Amino acid sequence: MKSGHQCMKALKIIFLSCFVAITAYGSTITVSKQGKIKSIKQAISQAKPGDTLYITSGTYKEGNIIIEKSLTLIGENFPVLDGDHKVEIFTIHAHYVTISGLKFINTGIASINDLAAIKVLDSKWLRITNNRFVNTFFAIHFSNSSHSWIVGNQLQSDAKAEHQIGNGIHLWKCDHITVDNNIVKGHRDGIYFEFVTNSLITGNYSKGNMRYGLHFMFSHNNEYRNNTFVENGAGVAVMYTTGVKMINNTFEHNWGSSAYGLLLKDIRDSFVSGNRFLQNSVGILMEGSSRIQFDNNTFSENGYAIKLQASCDDNNFKRNNFSSNTFDLATNGSLVLNSVNGNYWDKYEGYDLNKDSVGDIPHHPVSMYSMVVEQMPAAVLLWRSFLVLLMDKAEKAIPVMTPQNLKDESPAMKPYDLNTKSQ
Amino acid sequence: MISIQKVNKNFGKLHVLKQVDLDLSMGRSYALVGPNGSGKTTLIKSILGLVVPSSGEIVFEGKSIAKDWMYREKIGYMPQIGRYPENMTIGQLIDMMKNIRKNAEVLDDSIIEGFKLYKMFDKRMHALSGGTRQKVSAALAFLFNPPVLILDEPTAGLDPISVEILKEKILEEKHRGKLLIISSHILSDLDELTSDMVYIYEGQVHYNNTIQTLKEETQEKKLGKAIATMIGQKQLIDSVNR
Amino acid sequence: MNRIIKYVFYDILRTRFIIFYTALLLVSTFAMFQLDSDPNKVVMSLLNVVLMVVPLVSIVFTTIHFYNSYEFIELMLAQPINRRVIFIGEYLAVAMSLCMAFAVGVGIPLGIYGVSATGMSLLFCGIILTLVFVSLAFLAAVLTRDKAKAIGIALLFWFYFSLIYDGFLLWFVYAFADYPLEKITLGLISLNPVDLARVIMLLQLDISALMGYTGAFYRQFFGSSFGIIFSTLILFLWVIIPFFIALRIFSKKDL
Repeated sequence: MKSGHQCMKALKIIFLSCFVAITAYGSTITVSKQGKIKSIKQAISQAKPGDTLYITSGTYKEGNIIIEKSLTLIGENFPVLDGDHKVEIFTIHAHYVTISGLKFINTGIASINDLAAIKVLDSKWLRITNNRFVNTFFAIHFSNSSHSWIVGNQLQSDAKAEHQIGNGIHLWKCDHITVDNNIVKGHRDGIYFEFVTNSLITGNYSKGNMRYGLHFMFSHNNEYRNNTFVENGAGVAVMYTTGVKMINNTFEHNWGSSAYGLLLKDIRDSFVSGNRFLQNSVGILMEGSSRIQFDNNTFSENGYAIKLQASCDDNNFKRNNFSSNTFDLATNGSLVLNSVNGNYWDKYEGYDLNKDSVGDIPHHPVSMYSMVVEQMPAAVLLWRSFLVLLMDKAEKAIPVMTPQNLKDESPAMKPYDLNTKSQ
Repeated sequence: MISIQKVNKNFGKLHVLKQVDLDLSMGRSYALVGPNGSGKTTLIKSILGLVVPSSGEIVFEGKSIAKDWMYREKIGYMPQIGRYPENMTIGQLIDMMKNIRKNAEVLDDSIIEGFKLYKMFDKRMHALSGGTRQKVSAALAFLFNPPVLILDEPTAGLDPISVEILKEKILEEKHRGKLLIISSHILSDLDELTSDMVYIYEGQVHYNNTIQTLKEETQEKKLGKAIATMIGQKQLIDSVNR
Repeated sequence: MNRIIKYVFYDILRTRFIIFYTALLLVSTFAMFQLDSDPNKVVMSLLNVVLMVVPLVSIVFTTIHFYNSYEFIELMLAQPINRRVIFIGEYLAVAMSLCMAFAVGVGIPLGIYGVSATGMSLLFCGIILTLVFVSLAFLAAVLTRDKAKAIGIALLFWFYFSLIYDGFLLWFVYAFADYPLEKITLGLISLNPVDLARVIMLLQLDISALMGYTGAFYRQFFGSSFGIIFSTLILFLWVIIPFFIALRIFSKKDL
């Protein structure tokens, strides 16, 4: 895996140098409300591949602009491109296109077409950097494209309902894309991938999106690092994928009756490491997922830290910190096919006589009442009542309902120090 | 003054007072006598309104006491057992009582003086002996100078000197023309203090007349003997009647 | 009446039990704050105290106090004063002293370690549960003439509201799991002041989201101003209704 990553980096350097070489040879066209060339369309039609267009500040309302040449478009002081609530703004069908420093507003809304501020079709070597998107239906929409950068963009939408809004960064059938340092707010899905492979998603901030902060399926071998997903309608949902690496991300405050910090459905052979799950109604919900390594994660103040459906197997939880969660681990079956070992549980009531920082008696992380609630959701009404306290204590003494084998044999006495983020 | 008319009281199946008819008038001092459980305390409590009769009526100065409470202004009551909130001081208790009985015109603190209670005003109730609490009870009964005094075992638990002080006080009040109702098992005390006797047995008034008459009837000089003879006579008559 | 309340109140405040109760609350609350830096977690731990200890202490202490004051009450009733006044005076004095013990024991640490909305509603719930169980204790006390029996009834009240009722509720939820239960369970919860206080607190703390549709329904209900007024009103009814029943019985009771 590591070598693959380095390989990609090398590739990028080559790609960048080509890129610089190409732009260096082009000429420059300035688009200005006061100048000779007043419209972007006019500039594009005059430009030759490799040219750079400087767009000065002002509002440009030109309908749909199609780019079919390798051009660099750079905005000065964020000139506004207004779709007038009717049209798609840029449709790009060319390699080596750079869009930077522009502000896109008010695309059209359509239920059949995915109208976008920037739509990319069948292209390679693109850079979409430092743009702003306000109230766009889809903001950045890539289809069947590869080897591109989407960096430092700010996306903001204030739609009221899910059908009025598309995804922030929407990638379909792409590979080798870098999505870095973008801020996505108020879209349907903040970041949406379908059939996207070998890509790197880092340092993005996805907040307050209607549905998911991050949503992907069939997107193998991608790496997600240092992203933050906060207060999204249903958190983060990822499905039908293998080879996912999720490292040092933060899943915070995804709170609601059907919200999850992270929903893993049919995910295999993956790593979830060093992430922080804070104040989610469910930290991680897992269905049909196998061979995932969970380590060095922090689960704090979640309703359920982990809901592990019986359809999951061969997953491994170690060195995670569980604290202040209502339920640490819940499951709906009695068969135990996953291993839980060497985690810190703040609910652990054991002791450590030989002072090796490992508890001497195993910890059963599944509380009896979580099993009851799993069967009858309305029973959660009685949570924290005296009755439930007694039932839980009785169950601890003589386990009847909880899976006896689901236990941490070597629980840590103290929380692991996971605060230092390794980049 | 106090007229008890056909009063019955049931506690569940227990028939405690049976058709009690009794007239108590001012200027007289009544000894309430009877064996344990005969209904003396229930009768006293009925007069005080602590117990509500199952049937019949109690009239105080021509007015029924049912649903009335102001009449108690004219009654001083000394209970058999004086238990007070543990951390209350004597001073606080007396202050509270004064506050409740604001209408009393003349306060009579001779008992407080006599028992030297002023010195103990800051003492808390739990620090007091049973006898001292009894003194407090007596002081409260006399303090507001009420025309009617109901004393339930007033001398029980008091030291001889205090008994004498209390007796003197009772006699003094008697001579002032008040109505006294005294329940006691110490008949020699009653002999000195009371003018009339009400004998209650199994919830019924068996005898109600002056002590003078009783003594004449039985030709005994002491009240104790007189009562014993009276009971003996009654039993004889009862057996003949059957 | 003021002076009766005043002196009885002073008297109760000086009882060893109230001092002990206040100190216990104070020490344990401070200890919880020392052990745990997260105030929400402390409130959660305090919730157990509020839901179990406070009702138990309130109901048992009040019943015992009533019977210890029996002779005193008798003497007071022999005075020219309405029975209701004595009853209300005794009630207020006991209720005030227990509320004060709770407010001092829990309120002071809460105030020192940071006042929060949840802390305030915890205080509110604790005080109202104290009042509810003082009312129930007076009811237990006037229902019988026997001290032991009265304490038995009081404990039964506590047991019923903290345990037996919830057992019934759990059975109910289990038996009718296939039906929409939101409104019915809301009604059932209103019939138990302990449950009502618990749900009000829970909705502010942790689990509203775990309750699925039920939780959303409750959150919407208790979050609305109607819900707040409704639940406060129900809790006050739980104070007032037993109090008035006890008052009625007491006005006619033979002492």
